[in-house]
Amino acid sequence: MAQEVTRRPYLREVPRARWFFRHPRYLRYMARELSCVFIGAYTLLLVAGLKRLSEGQAAYEAFLDSLGAPASVAFHVIALGFALYHSVTWFNLTPKALPVQVGEDFLPARVIAGAHYAAWALLSAAILFFAGAF
Amino acid sequence: MSERLVELEVLRYNPETDGEPHFQRYSVTCEDECVVLDALNHVKETLDTTLSYRWSCHMAVCGSCGMMINGEPKLACKSFLRDYEGVIRVEPLAHFPIERDLVTVIDDFMEKLARVKPYLIPKREKPVSEGEYRQTPAQLKKFKQYTMCINCMLCYAACPEYGLIPKFIGPAAIALAHRYNQDSRDGGRDEREEQIATTEGVWECSFVGACSEVCPEHVDPAGALQQVKIASTVDWYKEHLMPWLKK
Repeated sequence: MAQEVTRRPYLREVPRARWFFRHPRYLRYMARELSCVFIGAYTLLLVAGLKRLSEGQAAYEAFLDSLGAPASVAFHVIALGFALYHSVTWFNLTPKALPVQVGEDFLPARVIAGAHYAAWALLSAAILFFAGAF
Repeated sequence: MSERLVELEVLRYNPETDGEPHFQRYSVTCEDECVVLDALNHVKETLDTTLSYRWSCHMAVCGSCGMMINGEPKLACKSFLRDYEGVIRVEPLAHFPIERDLVTVIDDFMEKLARVKPYLIPKREKPVSEGEYRQTPAQLKKFKQYTMCINCMLCYAACPEYGLIPKFIGPAAIALAHRYNQDSRDGGRDEREEQIATTEGVWECSFVGACSEVCPEHVDPAGALQQVKIASTVDWYKEHLMPWLKK
């Protein structure tokens, strides 16, 4: 008669704060997640700018002056970097989420991602146009 | 044929004698074109018969030999020794409880797989005399990629969400549910959505994308999950904003 087998499964806990150091792909993911902090902060800055605008010309000009401070420039450079990283990684993922089948075959990934980049460029140009940049 | 000395560092765990797992070193001589699974077999045949691990086909079809090789989820039969330098660290698949040595407890995945009903649920049962359920090549191509899944669970070992939130149904099971949802012969989508269009279904996924990077069969489960998210969002809008569309 066979001896009874003892089952005692061992579960290795996932380190809650360190798991993303396991592989660069997890760090890239965390960088994309972290980008929301900077994009969120930039949005708050825009709202603050609107408030100063509502307070009159002197308040708004003081706000514009403060944007030129070294700390403000550093923040804008970092926020722009994160916003670009977020946008580019996101657009590059769109072919996975939105496959388009034409007849039998699927459109190549670069067409789907390219369409998103084109829409991005078009909308940016439209906003710049309405803002009087051209 | 050239040979190489392979140093393996294997995680061992004997539930009857060990309080926790520990690493054990083995040195074996293998031919250059061998894979990690060959090295493990060599260890078991010549050095240590107590070493336990799962394997079957040795050709990346059965999905049994998934393990962590130098920290990456890999099929041991598809990991060539020539691609590694120095000591090769072999551990059981991450995020699964260890049954013994490299053997994991996969009950959780099996239960989740059954929950998503990964089989055809015909829209209308018809007698054999009425003929087959026919399908065009385009309709087949819509889901063919997802049929390549071999249930190896590498995607679960790569997915940090599954590691942190074990109730997450996970990449392979949801990708297989999507495979049947996309099938023109199937009518079981509503039943599957009850499982996968939920918090512990797709909405636990934050699109890390690791599942697709490690998939040995290029199934792209991450893509499937995002498509299920979009479909479930469209369902919500249809239900709440366009109730007249309801059948």
